[in-house]
Amino acid sequence: MSHKYRPTIGIECHVQLKTKTKLFSGANNDARNAEPNTLVNHIDFGLPGALPVFNREALQLAVRAALALKSEPELFSTFDRKHYFYPDLPMGYQITQYDQPIISGGQVNFKLDGQAKTVGITRAHLESDAGKSTHPEGSAISLVDLNRAGTPLLEIVSEPEMHTAAEARAYTEELYLLMRYADVTEGDLYHGNMRFDVNVSLSQTDELGVRSETKNLNSFRAVEKAIAYEIKRQSELLDAGKAIIQETRGWNEAKQKTVSQRTKENADDYRYMPDPDLPPLVIDQAYIEKIRAELPNLPDFWRKELSALQLDEDQIQLLLEANIDFEAIGYMALIKAFLSKVDLAKTLVNWLVNIEIPLMRSSENSVKLISSARNQLYSDVMQLSKSGQLSSTGAKELITKLLMEPELPSDITSFAEQANLLQQSDQNEIETIVKRVLDANPNAVKDIQKGETKAIGFLIGQVMSQSAGRANPELTRQIIEQLLK
Amino acid sequence: MAADWEPIAQLASRVQAGSTTATELVKRSLKLIAEAQEYNSVIIDLSASALKRAQLIDQQVARGETVGVLAGVPFIAKDNFLVFGGETKAASKILSGFIPPYQASAINALESAGAICVAKANMDAFAHGASTENSDYGVVKHPFDQTRVPGGSSGGSAAAVALGLAPFALGTDTGGSIRQPASFCGVVGLKPTYGLVSRSGVIAMGSSLDCIGPITRNVSDSALVLDVMSGRDALDATTIERDEAGYFPIKKTPLKKLKIGVIKEYFSDQVDSDIRSTLEASISKLKANGAEISYVSLPSTELALACYYIICPAEVSSNLSRYDGQRYGYSNPQATTLDESYVTARGQGFGKEAKRRIMIGTFVLSSGYYDAYYKKAMTVRTKLINEFETAFKSVDFLIGPIAPTTAFKIGEKSQDPLQMYLADVMTVAANLAGIPALSIPVGVDSLGLPIGLQLMAAQRQDAALLNLAGAIEDMGN
Repeated sequence: MSHKYRPTIGIECHVQLKTKTKLFSGANNDARNAEPNTLVNHIDFGLPGALPVFNREALQLAVRAALALKSEPELFSTFDRKHYFYPDLPMGYQITQYDQPIISGGQVNFKLDGQAKTVGITRAHLESDAGKSTHPEGSAISLVDLNRAGTPLLEIVSEPEMHTAAEARAYTEELYLLMRYADVTEGDLYHGNMRFDVNVSLSQTDELGVRSETKNLNSFRAVEKAIAYEIKRQSELLDAGKAIIQETRGWNEAKQKTVSQRTKENADDYRYMPDPDLPPLVIDQAYIEKIRAELPNLPDFWRKELSALQLDEDQIQLLLEANIDFEAIGYMALIKAFLSKVDLAKTLVNWLVNIEIPLMRSSENSVKLISSARNQLYSDVMQLSKSGQLSSTGAKELITKLLMEPELPSDITSFAEQANLLQQSDQNEIETIVKRVLDANPNAVKDIQKGETKAIGFLIGQVMSQSAGRANPELTRQIIEQLLK
Repeated sequence: MAADWEPIAQLASRVQAGSTTATELVKRSLKLIAEAQEYNSVIIDLSASALKRAQLIDQQVARGETVGVLAGVPFIAKDNFLVFGGETKAASKILSGFIPPYQASAINALESAGAICVAKANMDAFAHGASTENSDYGVVKHPFDQTRVPGGSSGGSAAAVALGLAPFALGTDTGGSIRQPASFCGVVGLKPTYGLVSRSGVIAMGSSLDCIGPITRNVSDSALVLDVMSGRDALDATTIERDEAGYFPIKKTPLKKLKIGVIKEYFSDQVDSDIRSTLEASISKLKANGAEISYVSLPSTELALACYYIICPAEVSSNLSRYDGQRYGYSNPQATTLDESYVTARGQGFGKEAKRRIMIGTFVLSSGYYDAYYKKAMTVRTKLINEFETAFKSVDFLIGPIAPTTAFKIGEKSQDPLQMYLADVMTVAANLAGIPALSIPVGVDSLGLPIGLQLMAAQRQDAALLNLAGAIEDMGN
């Protein structure tokens, strides 16, 4: 990448709000598993005489989003019509908030390579989504599915304040967490619950260059790659003395490149006008305070809670995501319950990050254990480890096995015993094995007696192997040292 | 000669009492409609569904059930109301063949009270017009002179009531479309306060202006119909609560001490002298009966018309966007590209006037023109609202003519859209301000054509407005 030019990036994010019904109609809003055109009523279909009626649930979610963005929602906002013709836009206009949006200002804070970053939010507004058009390849027809028509979106517009693809990606990841934690969206990226439009321009001065807008990116990776591609493409054009044209581009996932869709010259005039069917949205401070009081804990709350554990950013990110993806389990609350003892909490995090969460995310769906049993499970396993009855390998295996049980067994010790996972801590039994190993490895014994303590590890390994991994390694070491004194 | 109907309340109570039947009333209405075909006031037949409903109501009565305050009363709805039982096309070719899968809230309310919609009335397509000459299904002829227009856009509804085809009809009033044809045809036309009757299921013209109201043979009937169909509707966010006391029966208010303001600007010499002298006679009578008459100025009257012809087409251009030939109504199956499909569906489906308003509306909303036209018009609208508010601080009601002329000749103005628009100068203000207004017949001109008197009141003063209209009705001509 050329360093001659400073890239500037601004991002518009469309967040699909998790309301039960659509923004202006009573049709079901969850189209993820629905047959095409089954969640459509007279309003979504744009029948003559149909009038939009605002869904107050969306207002509540927008207020939550405002608070998550460290902003205050506007007490007065209005709806406008944005006109264009397309078959997936049944009324011939989209209802949006052009003039007076529900959110003005705000910020998103995150860390990138250990450095604190802040990206300002210009505005966020409520709007209804269009339907979905598909153009089957090799066919002369296009298909329209209006299930998504009228779905409530919150479009969050950032200030053009980012300068690298990695920073932009980190911003979108944090925005995603904020919206999930504020319980604003289902956040199902695969189904387009959050879509990003990235504006990229390059400049050698303080004045911003001409920008391209790459639309409809639906993964953090695509955001990063599309921006990196745009920076490279625009740099090359500028290097070659060519001008950048203002245009809308799309991301071609297969070719890993952006492609031009529309230039400014043939851009639509949307003829915005106030929507006369919808009275202004008026809220009062008491309404905001009620929502503020009920706002769930946001990512920063948990980061603070876990700060004593000194986890790295990746671990925290992984936990934050798992916490929200597996809400019923509540990983953060689970860790919090162990926080009074930092070493125990660290052990727990280690097990969650390395054992449970990967299992939860694996496609095999092998985890059966009821959510509420986690605290008991990890307390018991810690007890067994602490008493020396369980090796770290044994602990890992025991946790894995217990997670596959629908409920915790009444006696974990005997469960572990039956599964052959407990450590052998009987002095006599281990001594018998040690003696056998010492007899079989005279060279190693000699080395140790010469002072080469490295060989002890080898002997412990042999004992472990002969005991099928069950011998308590610490006890084994003590016995070897005693016998060779 | 026009057929006669008893007052609506009386008809309903006779159905309820069993001294007549819904079926009898519906059959009578259908017969009268069939006999009056030459007037072309009705364009959609709902006889099958109407007779079925009548039968159900008669069975209810036979079982001793209470049906409702409009039991068995037939009515005619303007063709921009979505009504089960037939097509709804707003008299436009672009909606030909459209069978509504849901029904207007106002129709539901009337049906719940026992009323039966027997037919759909002709109108200017999409309610664009003041003469019914813009219908894609032919002009409506004036009930008293077939060479003249009945007014518009609810011309079919007004003519039908004047001809006695049904006891009442529904109209819509965006800039005078109930009051002006009511005035031309010599019947009562009420435009209620904006939001008092749900617009859900009524094909939108200018959404911030559209009002739904009754056209009736007398004031009391209007009050009863309003009483049934008014109030908040979950399907229309702009609806308001109805008066707790309701609108029916109207209360005979003594005229003594009522403060009535005569709008100066509405009595210019552009208004026919017959109309002016007839209204002046009415005003004298009011005065003689004890009303306090004063003269009130609404300086923005002329601006109001200009502002209306910006705001209304802007909303029209937006509201007509959905008629794109893709989901229902007229379309061109021969089109090979999306653009061609749009252009031919809209190009062939819309009439001249709809296209004219789409063009004006699109222009005034275009970037670069929005501030100069639409935004400025909205400022004028606010100014006009303030003028009305000031006026209603000193008077209870405003009075004036409905239109500068009585019913004009078919073809007289249809080639000159500006002349046609100018005829709306005294009716659009009530729509821009959202206030209730009505037209009540008070006399005839030298040709025997009806003259209407316009009454206006402050927002939500619909009951008081109807009460005063009732008193004027009682004064006689």
